[in-house]
Amino acid sequence: MLFGWEVNWSYVLILPLAAGTLLAVMFLQWWERRLLGWLQDRRGPNRVGWFGVLQGVADGIKFLTKDDWVPPFGDRVFFVAAPVIVCASMLFVLAVIPFAPSFHIVDVNIALLWFLAMSSLAVYGVLLGGFASNNKYALLGSLRAAAQMVTYEVFMGLSIMGVVIHAGSFSLVEIVGAQEQLWFIVPQFLGFVIFLIAGLAESHRLPFDLPEAEHELAAGFHTEYSGMKFAFLMCGEYVAVIATCCFIVLLFFGGWLVPDFLGFLEPLVGEQFAGLFWFGLKVLFFIHFFVLLRAAIPRPRYDQLMSLGWKILLPLTLVNLLVTGFLVAWARWGL
Amino acid sequence: MAEAVEDAVDEHHHLPADLATHFGEHCVAQPCVDGIPTVWVPKEKLRDVLRYLKHDAPARFELMFDLSAIDERTRQRRDGQPDSEFTVFYHLMSLSGDDDIRVKVALADGESVDSIESVYPVANWYEREAFDMFGIRFDGHSNLRRILTPALWEGHPLRKEHPARATEMDPFKMTPEFQKAQQEALRFVPEEWGMSRSGKHTDFMFLNLGPNHPSVHGVFRIALQLDGEVIVQAVPDIGYHHRAQEKMAERQSWHTYIPYTDRVDYLGGVMNNLPYVLNVEKLAGIDVPERAQVIRVMLSECFRIASHLLFYGTFAQDVGQMSPVFYMFADRERLFSIIEAITGGRMHPSWFRIGGVTSDLPDGWDTMVRDFCDYMPARLDHYEKMAMRNKILKRRTQGIGAYNTEEGLDWGITGSSLRATGHDWDLRKKRPYSMYDQFDFEVPIAQAGDCYARCEVRVAEIRQSLRILRQCVDNMPSGPVKSDHRLTTPPRKERTMQDIETLIHHFLNVSWGPVIPPGESVTTVEATKGWNSYYSISDGGTMAYRTRIRTPSFPALQQIPLISRGFMVADLIAIVASIDFVMADVDR
Repeated sequence: MLFGWEVNWSYVLILPLAAGTLLAVMFLQWWERRLLGWLQDRRGPNRVGWFGVLQGVADGIKFLTKDDWVPPFGDRVFFVAAPVIVCASMLFVLAVIPFAPSFHIVDVNIALLWFLAMSSLAVYGVLLGGFASNNKYALLGSLRAAAQMVTYEVFMGLSIMGVVIHAGSFSLVEIVGAQEQLWFIVPQFLGFVIFLIAGLAESHRLPFDLPEAEHELAAGFHTEYSGMKFAFLMCGEYVAVIATCCFIVLLFFGGWLVPDFLGFLEPLVGEQFAGLFWFGLKVLFFIHFFVLLRAAIPRPRYDQLMSLGWKILLPLTLVNLLVTGFLVAWARWGL
Repeated sequence: MAEAVEDAVDEHHHLPADLATHFGEHCVAQPCVDGIPTVWVPKEKLRDVLRYLKHDAPARFELMFDLSAIDERTRQRRDGQPDSEFTVFYHLMSLSGDDDIRVKVALADGESVDSIESVYPVANWYEREAFDMFGIRFDGHSNLRRILTPALWEGHPLRKEHPARATEMDPFKMTPEFQKAQQEALRFVPEEWGMSRSGKHTDFMFLNLGPNHPSVHGVFRIALQLDGEVIVQAVPDIGYHHRAQEKMAERQSWHTYIPYTDRVDYLGGVMNNLPYVLNVEKLAGIDVPERAQVIRVMLSECFRIASHLLFYGTFAQDVGQMSPVFYMFADRERLFSIIEAITGGRMHPSWFRIGGVTSDLPDGWDTMVRDFCDYMPARLDHYEKMAMRNKILKRRTQGIGAYNTEEGLDWGITGSSLRATGHDWDLRKKRPYSMYDQFDFEVPIAQAGDCYARCEVRVAEIRQSLRILRQCVDNMPSGPVKSDHRLTTPPRKERTMQDIETLIHHFLNVSWGPVIPPGESVTTVEATKGWNSYYSISDGGTMAYRTRIRTPSFPALQQIPLISRGFMVADLIAIVASIDFVMADVDR
């Protein structure tokens, strides 16, 4: 009770969580650049602050002080709305992520659907941003984004249905709980691979950065963006990476659960932070994997990406779904 | 009259036999220093002669290597050549017969000549260039418009009356009207190129790719007609990097022009000096000491590796692979540190001299080169795994932008890009210059002729260049690095204080520059991007009367519309990346 109001204390988390995420994004983009620099035989940003950790702050100041330019030939309303949609919809996703057993804003029983819905919303941001720019490169980027994200949306959803079948719930807390015995990566390996690919495509990062493809389309859908609006788009992309990695961990790698053989580390971490620690560690691992992938792989062509999606991944997903459903039914009711 | 006939009969001795029997009575031969048969034909006969040479001559001249013109109006020493105010020359090459021929046509000022586009398609751009530079009109040309200078340029730069320096003109003023008119002239009007704005079922989109675009390697513009992302038609537009290199050659001494050549193919460094100095040495009759020749080979191969590495990296980058280019730049940096230790310069050392090289090699050069030769192969294996064997890269580049040998020759493609079509022709092997015949190396070829094959050949060439480098270190001859010839520039200093004669020579050759005996000569080398030739005409002065630079990148860009039709925008980027050009080499 606060001033006579019923308060759900987990709502208090909203502000620190949002601020924390933005801070994380700031460091993440610095860390990614440092890491890429290290992988590529060069230094990366190392001037601002200790080892360049404050690079994100410097970038932020630059973004804030830049001319807030809207192309006079474009559509002002949608041009401004697009980065907000991208960033906000990705932040909304964070609302349902359980970082530790009781460390989440809301635990809704349709958390997984919420995630899919919000990542679909982000597509609108990319689409509208490209169209509203009234620039041919942006247009081509948006066209690619529309096709790519709609395609990968389909089996992103389907690929995690195997997990849902196993757990018998859309609630993330229950899904993690169902992995006490065995992480879903084992029975759902195929689902994991497909979800990973779809997640890459959804967050349009290299090798699936076709909507941006700076070698082909200058900067693709965000060619006309600068200053804070560009910062929002970038922020949206990094939050999408974080969210995707969180979901990989939640759905396939047991969320905050620790494998038994690592149980001896528990006292070192401290009991109340153990969940958060393990979850963060796993998420970081996948974020690094995303960065590594970016450093290693070239970009397929747009039609190749489409045919990979429809001709290979979609049938695989359906097979995975059918087989999982069959096996679970068999285990539960017998033949 | 009788004398003229006798002369003509006499001159038949210089004509290739088959040409003499077919067109003998029309043609006049001209002896040239380089020994290439040079034939003057009347302009009415030009197309017939060229068609004969391309299709029916015993040695078929498949390749129109070069086409340009000479403003002869102020030239003094034209012994025995027919009267001409403007001469258009056609340099043809026969790769099957390993032969060259130069065909010349005499024109009066304002006279036009038949376009030979129907015989050699590659002539399209060359004729546009000749029109742009000299104002010579080509009858029957499909789209005779300026190519290197802006559309609203006044005058034709390579005519002798056109000013060469800003000081010869009134101060330039950029008025708003001027700017507006220039920008308006750049507007792409599809109808001018015979394109329609809509097809049967679709409206086309016209995308202006460049001149500033991340993947066009400089300032290069391609106007694209797109159906969705599929390229219906592409129109390359060049000239944004034009710096009048050929005009400057007429205002610099033979010696002081050397630094300008470095900047023609700015990734080629001293490789650009090579054809130029070889050519001047041919005109002057200078024999270069062996040590200087091997040093030249060594540095040229260093630059071939540097240029190919940059190509390799950007090729991977343009298909979206982020990392290789950084590794390759790091390797290139090692190479530059060797080049810097030897020459003092990095990208543009301007280190070759008429009659030798600037100075001898520094102490310890051999360990540096040897270390590099030991270090590099492992790196190349690494890149092979990273880039060339990558499945996505293969799928992006195999079968894209392919052409066969015949198409390549029709469009003037030379060097590695032609060898990617399975055509085993390397000037270093077939017409060895600068002691290349003494080296043991192979000529890598590929068969497919597509983007991947073009990269494959260049990667293999890096390994061969490393082999040559190692041989240079192991067998570097001793001796002087400059010729004793009196036209060697700058002359050798040691003896200048001994007698007045050498002192005067030294003084004049350094202050005015050497006087090269009158004559005409062309020298072609296997440069980093294909065949690069310098065609110099000396009128017996301290400056060239005319210098023609034929670069490999120029015709390669002309071919883009053909090999990119029906592909997607992403493929076009792969095609552009695989061509290996720099705009400075295209526009000169």
